Amino acid sequence: MHIPDGFINVPTSAGFGAMSAAWVWYSLRRVGEFLDDRRIPLAGLLAAFVFAAQMINFPVAAGTSGHLIGGVLAAVLAGPWMASLVLAVVLVVQGIFFADGGLSAIGLNVFNLGLVAVVGGYGVFLLARRVLPAGKPMVVIAAGIAAGVSVILAALSFTLQFAIGGEADVAVGTVAAAMVGVHSLIGAGEGLITAMVISAILSSRPDLVYGYTPAMEPTHG
Amino acid sequence: MSGGHIHALYRHGHGPLDDVAPQVKLAATLLFVLAVVATPREAFWAFGVHAAMLVAIAIWARVPLGFIGKRLIIEIPFLLFAVFLPFVGRGEHVEVIGLSLSVSGLWAAWNVIAKATLGAMASILLAATTQVPDLLKGFSRLRFPRVFVAIMSFMVRYLDVVIGELGRMRVALQSRAYKPRRIGHARALASTAGVLFVRSYERGERVHLAMLSRGFTGTVPEMASAAVPSAHWAIGAGVAALAAAVAALGWVLR
Repeated sequence: MHIPDGFINVPTSAGFGAMSAAWVWYSLRRVGEFLDDRRIPLAGLLAAFVFAAQMINFPVAAGTSGHLIGGVLAAVLAGPWMASLVLAVVLVVQGIFFADGGLSAIGLNVFNLGLVAVVGGYGVFLLARRVLPAGKPMVVIAAGIAAGVSVILAALSFTLQFAIGGEADVAVGTVAAAMVGVHSLIGAGEGLITAMVISAILSSRPDLVYGYTPAMEPTHG
Repeated sequence: MSGGHIHALYRHGHGPLDDVAPQVKLAATLLFVLAVVATPREAFWAFGVHAAMLVAIAIWARVPLGFIGKRLIIEIPFLLFAVFLPFVGRGEHVEVIGLSLSVSGLWAAWNVIAKATLGAMASILLAATTQVPDLLKGFSRLRFPRVFVAIMSFMVRYLDVVIGELGRMRVALQSRAYKPRRIGHARALASTAGVLFVRSYERGERVHLAMLSRGFTGTVPEMASAAVPSAHWAIGAGVAALAAAVAALGWVLR
């Protein structure tokens, strides 16, 4: 779910909007360094895939369901810079074409999901891969852990935005507890689904997974 | 989640707003929403004026209000969230039909509901009167980064294809009596998503090869001239200025 209009005040929205815009600009530069126009259709298709993947609802518990955010999924599949761009594109399209998420809050949403979830989550992924032994199953586990943590990081990032410019007089501690509580459950689902999707792709097209190289396989003998 | 198909957002049936240049509509919509969000919550009349402006524009553009109302359903999860605010807010409480509600929480809930509804109405109106390719042109004419707009173009162009693919895989699952109940049943959905990714990627490769063989050099040429009649800019500036004036007056009269 995205932040609607009227939840965070204008100066805070503008500040985070500027940070998000700078981040998107920087990601564009980084992607441009090593990618050519060949990757533009691929990035577009990846964005369409993330949008479609967000439509897949999975059962969480007792009749409730959650859906993917896809930040870490995209980062493990296509690298963190591309994933930031893809999430930003998805959020702009959802806000402007589908009225999902406030237009004044696009910067806030891109900051939480395109920057914090992707970069924080990818950092956790790299860290987990360093700690865990080599091999495909460990890449899957690292992606799952990273995806779960990324959801909680995004929830904390929202709490920070609310603490700075929230338009409601609710104790920040209450907001943090509620956000982290709910998002621990969602994060568990996100982690499990991300791990299973990465595992499915690794078994058929491991060459398409950015976060995995065959050199990671443990050497035998 | 935001369901559905992107071509269904545009309302066929031609009104005068369809002819206004897309970059004007895009800029005016963004400025209008910013003005709405900047309006003080105590100024009830100001939200009335904002809403009246949107209704007047919708009538002028011949977009039925029922169409906007139906599309506003997307907002319901946000509204449910707003309903919690009076229960968790701090400070002075009032009794409303036996419930103790926080006054500041009630104000916050009103603030979100009013602004989110007006913001969503504005973007629904934009999407209803602007064809998707025109909206994309609007982004590039407003100097959004070229690669960003290009990625967005490919996304919206293939969104219906990818969603259609997902739909066919769902039908295939259902016709094999798949009914997910527990989290363990999600494995089939995950491999569905995995297959969807591989197919999307391979489609991306084919699309690029097809484009190269038709002479693609990195940019999509514009067929029509990008010149905008000054009357269009005047309309857009008028709407944005009026909304900004209402917001400013709201602060003065507070």
